[in-house]
Amino acid sequence: MASLVIVEHDNNEVAAATLHAVTAAQRIGGDIDLLVAGENCGAVAEAAAKIAGVARVKLADDAKFAHGLAENLASLIVELAGDYSHLLVASTTFGRNVMPRAAALLDVAQISDIVEVHSEDTFMRPIYAGNALATVQSADRIKAITVRTIKFEAAAAEGGSAGIENVSGGLDTGLSTWVSQALSDSDRVDLTSAKIVISGGRGMQSGENFGMLHSIAGKLGAAVGASRAAVDSGFVPNELQVGQTGKVIAPDLYIAVGISGAIQHLAGMKESKVIVAINNDSEAPIFQVADYGLVADLFEAVPELDAAL
Amino acid sequence: MKVLVCVKRVLDPQVKARVKADGSGVDLANAKMTMNPFCENALEESLRLREAGIVEEIIVVSVGGGKTEETLRHGLAMGADRAIHVVTEETLEPLAVAKVLKQVAEQEGVGLVLTGKQAIDDDSNQTAQMLSALLGWSQAAYASKIKIEGDQATVTREVDAGLETIQVRMPTVMSADLRLNEPRYVKLPDVMKAKRKPMDKIELDSLGLDTANRLTTLKVEEPEGRAAGIIVNSVAELVDKLRNEAKVI
Repeated sequence: MASLVIVEHDNNEVAAATLHAVTAAQRIGGDIDLLVAGENCGAVAEAAAKIAGVARVKLADDAKFAHGLAENLASLIVELAGDYSHLLVASTTFGRNVMPRAAALLDVAQISDIVEVHSEDTFMRPIYAGNALATVQSADRIKAITVRTIKFEAAAAEGGSAGIENVSGGLDTGLSTWVSQALSDSDRVDLTSAKIVISGGRGMQSGENFGMLHSIAGKLGAAVGASRAAVDSGFVPNELQVGQTGKVIAPDLYIAVGISGAIQHLAGMKESKVIVAINNDSEAPIFQVADYGLVADLFEAVPELDAAL
Repeated sequence: MKVLVCVKRVLDPQVKARVKADGSGVDLANAKMTMNPFCENALEESLRLREAGIVEEIIVVSVGGGKTEETLRHGLAMGADRAIHVVTEETLEPLAVAKVLKQVAEQEGVGLVLTGKQAIDDDSNQTAQMLSALLGWSQAAYASKIKIEGDQATVTREVDAGLETIQVRMPTVMSADLRLNEPRYVKLPDVMKAKRKPMDKIELDSLGLDTANRLTTLKVEEPEGRAAGIIVNSVAELVDKLRNEAKVI
C-alpha cells in the first residue's frame, strides 16, 4: 500500500493545503510519496522533501506543467498511478480540477472531500452542504481522493528527509493554454488558514462598507470573508466566498456580520470553534449556530466593536 | 454548433436535508425538488451563446428516474430546443454519469458541453472534469466568463486565489460557476411551449455501458449539532465574552 499526494504550489512554495492532504495519507498508512509537477520548481521539491513522514518526492520539472493545467497534469498522474493504491490531493480548486480527470482516465471513482479515514478503503464525506455525512467504501484498485483540509491538521513542514527523484512523462496535450491570473492582494491574511475571520453579507450594502470589516481584521490579525450574496452583489471578489461551493473554513473565531445564514453559507463555516453573529433580524438562521449573537444594526455595532478592540 | 447542457434534479437548495432514521440515505420522499442551481447557470449560458449566434441548437440532457422529466421540461421552458432523458431508477456515480454523457455527446456530434460545476446534493464536483477526460477534450471548470472565437474559447475561472484566464481548444467541456450569469425566470407561455418540445427517452441499459457503482454507502448520518449559544445585549458584553469566556481575542 502506498499513497501519492499531489503537491499544490506556485513553483516557489508548497501550498499549506497540501500539508493537510499528507496527514490524510498518514491516516491511511503505507508509504507516502509526493508529486511536484511544475516548471523551475526545484525549490518546491526541496521543501516537499522536508515534510514529515514523506518517503520520496517525484519531481516533474517541465514547461508543460508550469501552470498546473488539468489536461497535462492528469496525464502524468495516470502514468505514475500504477505504483500506488491511493492518490490524494487537497480539495482546493486546483485539486478538484485535476483529480476527477485523472480518476476518469484510470476508470476509478473519486471520493470527494473526505473528512475521516476509517480504513484503507472506507472514508467519511459530507453531502448535502454538510447536513449529512456519508460513510463510503471503495471497491476500486486505486482510490482517488480529495481531502477537506479543515478535518486533518497540517503535517509538520520540517523534519523529513525524503529523496528527490526526477520523473519524466506526461503529455503536452496542447488542449489548453494559461493566459493570465488576477490574484487577490497578497498582503491580506489568508482566509483558509486564518485563526480569526470576519465575514460580511448582503447586509453590508456595498463594497465600501467592507472597509469597516477590514479595519477590525487589521486589529485582530483576521482575514475577511463574505457570503455568496455579498459576492453575487459585487461587493467583494469571488475568492472571499465562504460556503458550500466556496471556501470551507474552521477558524477559532468566525464573526458573521449582516449574514442571514443560508444553508450553503453555514456549510462553509459551521465547524468554526466560536461563532459570533451580528444581525438586525433576530429570526435570522445564523443565530441558530452562533455561540454569541448580537441583534443590532451592524452600522452601529461594527464601529463600536472596532472602537472597543 | 450544437451544445449539450447537462442538468441534474436535486433537493431544493432552500430545503434542509433530513437523514433517514435507518441511516440509509437522505429522505427525499415528498421533498421539493428543483434543477441544480449551477446547471441553470450552464443552461443560461447556452441560451446567451445562441442569442449571440454562436450556438444553433441546445440539447438538454439528464440521467435519472421518471420525475427527471420535470427538470428537463424546466430546461425546455428556459429555452433549450430539445431534451434527452436517459432513464434509470439507479443513482449513478459521477464516473458512470460521465460515461453516459460521453456517449450522448458523441452521438449528437456536439461541439460544446456545458454543466454546472457541482451538484448541491452529493457535492462531488467531478462530472464535468471526468466527461472532459473521457472525451479527450479540453476542460474549463468553474467558468465565470466565456468567450468563444472559432476553434478557441477564452475562459475566466474562479479559483481559490482569485481569477484565472485560460484558452481552451474547441470542442470543450465547461462547468459553470455562479457568477457566470443570472439565469432567466421562466414565463408561463414558455412552460406551455415546453410541453410541445421533443423529449427523447433512452433506457440506460440500452447504452451497453459499465455504469456499476464503485462506492458502497455504508451509512448516512447527521452531523453533531452545535450547542445553543446566547444572545448578548451589547458590543461591550460581546467583547467581554470573547476575551474572558471564549478567550479567542
